[in-house]
Amino acid sequence: MAWVNAIIQGILTGGLYALFACGLSLMFGVMKVVNLAHGDLATIAGYVGIGVIAATHMPFLWSVPIVVLVMAALGYVLQRTMIQAALHRGELTTLIVTFGLSMVIENGLLQFFTANNRGLGVGQGIVTASFSIGSHIQIAWLLVIIFVLAVVVLLGLQYYLSSSKYGRLIRAVADDREAAQLSGADYRHVFGIAAAIAFGTVALAGVSYSMTTVIDPTTGTDTILLFAFAAVVIGGIGSLWGTLVGGIVLGVAQQIGAQVNISYEVLAGYVIFLVVLVIRPQGLTARRSQS
Amino acid sequence: MSERTGSGAPLLEVQDLVVHHGQLRALSGISLRVYPGDVYAIIGANGAGKSTLLRTIAGLHRPTGGSIGYEGRDVTRIRPEKRAMAGIVMVPEGRRLFPSLTLEENLKVGATYARKGPWTIERVYDTFPFMKDRRGQKTAQMSGGEQQQVAIGRALVANPRVLLLDELSLGLAPVIVQRIYGVLPQILASGVTVLLVEQDVSQALRVATHLQCLLEGHTTLEGRPSDVTAEQVEAAYFGMAGAASGHPGEGSER
Repeated sequence: MAWVNAIIQGILTGGLYALFACGLSLMFGVMKVVNLAHGDLATIAGYVGIGVIAATHMPFLWSVPIVVLVMAALGYVLQRTMIQAALHRGELTTLIVTFGLSMVIENGLLQFFTANNRGLGVGQGIVTASFSIGSHIQIAWLLVIIFVLAVVVLLGLQYYLSSSKYGRLIRAVADDREAAQLSGADYRHVFGIAAAIAFGTVALAGVSYSMTTVIDPTTGTDTILLFAFAAVVIGGIGSLWGTLVGGIVLGVAQQIGAQVNISYEVLAGYVIFLVVLVIRPQGLTARRSQS
Repeated sequence: MSERTGSGAPLLEVQDLVVHHGQLRALSGISLRVYPGDVYAIIGANGAGKSTLLRTIAGLHRPTGGSIGYEGRDVTRIRPEKRAMAGIVMVPEGRRLFPSLTLEENLKVGATYARKGPWTIERVYDTFPFMKDRRGQKTAQMSGGEQQQVAIGRALVANPRVLLLDELSLGLAPVIVQRIYGVLPQILASGVTVLLVEQDVSQALRVATHLQCLLEGHTTLEGRPSDVTAEQVEAAYFGMAGAASGHPGEGSER
């Protein structure tokens, strides 16, 4: 029964990891930008949420759309300025620039918020509520809500990319930005929109994470970025649903590792990550590229 | 040669265009005037600078000298997407379709920033009948000729005033090339002016109202197809010393 419990908990945690990963995957899929500041941006979203609630005393749920919008706007601006300038100088430069951004964010957060960890004040009601299946399996409602949120975000993203005007342009620009220019599309603006969407999902990831646990200025790189990377690679780079598969595989591996020995939790996740990288480098869901 | 009796002002006017690829000088002072209704063909061997010229007119290369005028205004420094929206639309070499999009989505992207005009996705389907049944297919699964027609369709739905066609015949069987050029009269009838680059000289001579031959970034011959002889074209194309000089149509006169 303990194993079943581990698997269920792992699957649910996978939803959170998919939220971590989908923005990273989108930015890479569209702009070929590996955003090393991804995790720190999620942390910022957590702090923005904490700040908004502290400053305005608004209910937690109301603060979420504000955080998402603030982060989306930040995403558009960062893409149109720093990241675009880096892209212009070559894809490798984006690695250096986002790495620099990551360090600036981390140290900035340390400066303003200290190294003390904080959590989102959402009230104990949501955080501790749970239900039981049988006598051995207890499931936290919060994890269920986050999992559902992840699926809804992925469904929404898929619908947007496949059916909307800008979704089509995002896919076109990802394929061939020069050909898109010849059709009148300003790829820099389209990149900006893709970044805004990616940052919006990052915001949801950051808020969700700071509900499940406490965050501190180093959480972004130490946890969120690495788990997001692992989920993207396991699931398949550039595949949206791959991030959910990758997140679930990572989550289940961690929980099973923890079941064997609590100190194996993180290790087990990375072992699976390495195994996939060696056996199926294109990821579990991606088709082998023909070209 | 004498000034062409074009109807009024040129639609597209390129003056002394110089383009460098890094240290390499790809175009050394190319000038041309395209009038409404023209089928203006640029011919030349590999590496003559034809594609560079077309790509510079479309805005994909920054010239190091000279100017590009369109509808009487200077567009030399204008971004490629703005030129496309203004009516300078290119079918790029190698077709450059969006492989992860379906045929219809490729056309929809082309129509996103379209000018007002006669071309719609429906009209493209009427012009290229094979498309309608296969609109949901990814273009990667299509033959080269079909892809080329999709690329033309994607450019047409933007309702260009001047359509730039870069090496339509490249890598295609002659029969297919004939069929693709077969739609040119319909395109012209809709009021589109065509500037094309073609390595296949006989194909260019068949359709062109005006001809310009490039060699190593210079103009070596210019004129109406009826005014130039096959020998002149051959000499201009391959750059035989002496043969291209002293006849009407020498590029330096314009």
